Amino acid sequence: MAQTAKKQDQTTGGFEHHPLDDLLRTDRIPHIWCPGCGIGPTFSATLRGILASGVDLGSTVMVSGIGCSGRAAGYVKLDSYHTTHGRAIPFATGMKLANPKLNVVVFSGDGDLFAIGGNHFIHAARRNMDLTVICVNNLNYGMTGGQAAATTPHMAKTTTTPKGNPERPFNLPLLAFAAGATFVARWTVLHGRDLMESVQAAMTRRGFSFIEVLAPCPINYGRRNKELPLVTLRNYQVNTIIKNEASPAELAASGSGPIVLGRFVDENRESFLSQYDKTYRPQLAPAGKE
Amino acid sequence: MPPVVLTGEHYMTGDEAIAEGAIAAGCRFFGGYPITPATEVAERMAHRLPGVGGVFIQMEDEIAAMASIIGASCAGVKAMTSTSGPGFSLMMENLGLAAITETPCVVVNVQRAGPSTGLPTQGAQGDMMQARWGSHGDYSLIALAPSTAQEAFHETIRAFNLAEKYRVPVLVMTDEVVGHMSERVVIPEASKLNVIERVKARGRKDRYRPFEPGENGVPPMAAAGEGYCVHVTGLTHDERGYPVMTAECQESMQTRLFAKIERNLDDIALTRGFFLDDAEIVLVSYGVSVRTCRAAMEEARALGYKVGLLQLLTVWPFPEEAVRALAGRVKAFITVEINLGQISLEVERLAAGLAPCFLAGHCGGTLISPDAVVEAVKRALKPGGKQ
Ligand code: SF4
Repeated sequence: MAQTAKKQDQTTGGFEHHPLDDLLRTDRIPHIWCPGCGIGPTFSATLRGILASGVDLGSTVMVSGIGCSGRAAGYVKLDSYHTTHGRAIPFATGMKLANPKLNVVVFSGDGDLFAIGGNHFIHAARRNMDLTVICVNNLNYGMTGGQAAATTPHMAKTTTTPKGNPERPFNLPLLAFAAGATFVARWTVLHGRDLMESVQAAMTRRGFSFIEVLAPCPINYGRRNKELPLVTLRNYQVNTIIKNEASPAELAASGSGPIVLGRFVDENRESFLSQYDKTYRPQLAPAGKE
Repeated sequence: MPPVVLTGEHYMTGDEAIAEGAIAAGCRFFGGYPITPATEVAERMAHRLPGVGGVFIQMEDEIAAMASIIGASCAGVKAMTSTSGPGFSLMMENLGLAAITETPCVVVNVQRAGPSTGLPTQGAQGDMMQARWGSHGDYSLIALAPSTAQEAFHETIRAFNLAEKYRVPVLVMTDEVVGHMSERVVIPEASKLNVIERVKARGRKDRYRPFEPGENGVPPMAAAGEGYCVHVTGLTHDERGYPVMTAECQESMQTRLFAKIERNLDDIALTRGFFLDDAEIVLVSYGVSVRTCRAAMEEARALGYKVGLLQLLTVWPFPEEAVRALAGRVKAFITVEINLGQISLEVERLAAGLAPCFLAGHCGGTLISPDAVVEAVKRALKPGGKQ
């Protein structure tokens, strides 16, 4: 269970107005995320990316699944939907198709999107559904206390792999690319600006955009793998390399050698909605324009 | 372009009539997944929806189909899915999400015999208790059960109306026989159909509370993109929609979820009576078994037995009053359903101490024959007839 942040002074604390205040449900702060958690920086880079994109905030929606990252929908001051475990993507799909004017962002964790929700992810990517999917990948299930996920590195320790993970993790960008995502990027929480720019780019394009964000879970993952919070961050700095347009096959996040970051895929392919409209609803003026 | 409402006389299957009812009711989103014997609903929707400005999508499974219709409805569009037993089981988790988030939607279950894969092409009525209690936790919902293609058309419209009016998932619990049988369906003019829309959020956007009950205990609903900045969660929540992890909040939220249905039973719990005035034996039935009962009733009356029929068009919430009102004056109830006793338990509960109750049921795969029902009538009238 995520620890509740200690109640802090909720007055301005010396700051008059945070630039993201308009996008936060400040009446729901303090949030549940632990100190040192990577969800916060991912969330704020996402909000900055949304702002920078210039999309109409009144028609921008955040949909989350279940887990620590899934709580993001509860803090964002947009129309926001906190759905069932693994099902944020099909929920978001229905929403986008019902009202193509909406900009729909799915913000959730690796367990939610790739284990229980894996099937939905690959099919939304295959369809090139008009969604922006942001995955906080902290290599384990944080909310339930640190169990192995589909992203846990081989031999890493979790509460359900006490002697090390016998399985191999997904290479998420490769999976997204193979399934048909037309925009694929990976950053760490240390690469806030790059991350923000990828979100910004994703918000203003059509089709399925996927951004993986490597983020620390010091409380559950770091602790069991003898990784102090600063060590994780240092790894993000020294053990990564930015290689835009790298082949997704080279992107395994837990092999030997540095972790490759960057914008790997950005291609134009007709999105589900434009294909559907062309084929089935020629009577409608091009709908779903961002 | 074909018209939205196909006014006129048609020869169509129950599955097709459900699709036409949905479109006439204003359904403009369908997220589906193929499954016998419900596939024809999806096929008809795939064919019809784009022409009326709607969207059809075939999702990757029934879990996704159910999630997609809740998302679509939260975006302000009337939405439906259809399935049968195995798919219905997969939809259960998100059915609970629709219940707790009070999202109007319609789920059609064209029942086949189970458990598990069972008899995919043969009818049954074995999912009736699952319809009521299938998702975890304690909640209320509405389930209707048409017995003909004509009723399938009208009851699907009623399903949408109730879903919108009470912000609740509504199930159309039909079966393989009604779904696949072709018969005459008369579709009235659009202007003659009663179509209800949800009560929308109005007034100052900063004062709107998404789960503050309005009339009938039902909160007006804001769709995504309307500027109300709603938060909707499957967690227990207060009137703002914010999660509150307390027993008090659980109680106030859940009590209202029940109350908005229970307080409006008069509007929701529809039944139809046949020859009830002088009836000594009352058959209670729903869906395709109503047809069995109507034939059995004629046969029994020809033999001199005073048999009537109570048809449950609404099965959940159970039309308690209709059974209670008869219980004091009839000699027996016989529930006729294609299962080994589900709705019969409700009849027993309400008639307890007032009238003996019998079941004319069997395992799925075939209809119950009228003869079997007549035999049950004779048994019920025998002194000391075995219940
Ligand atoms: S992901 Fe880990 S660090 Fe972050 S809130 Fe959850 S348990 Fe805490």
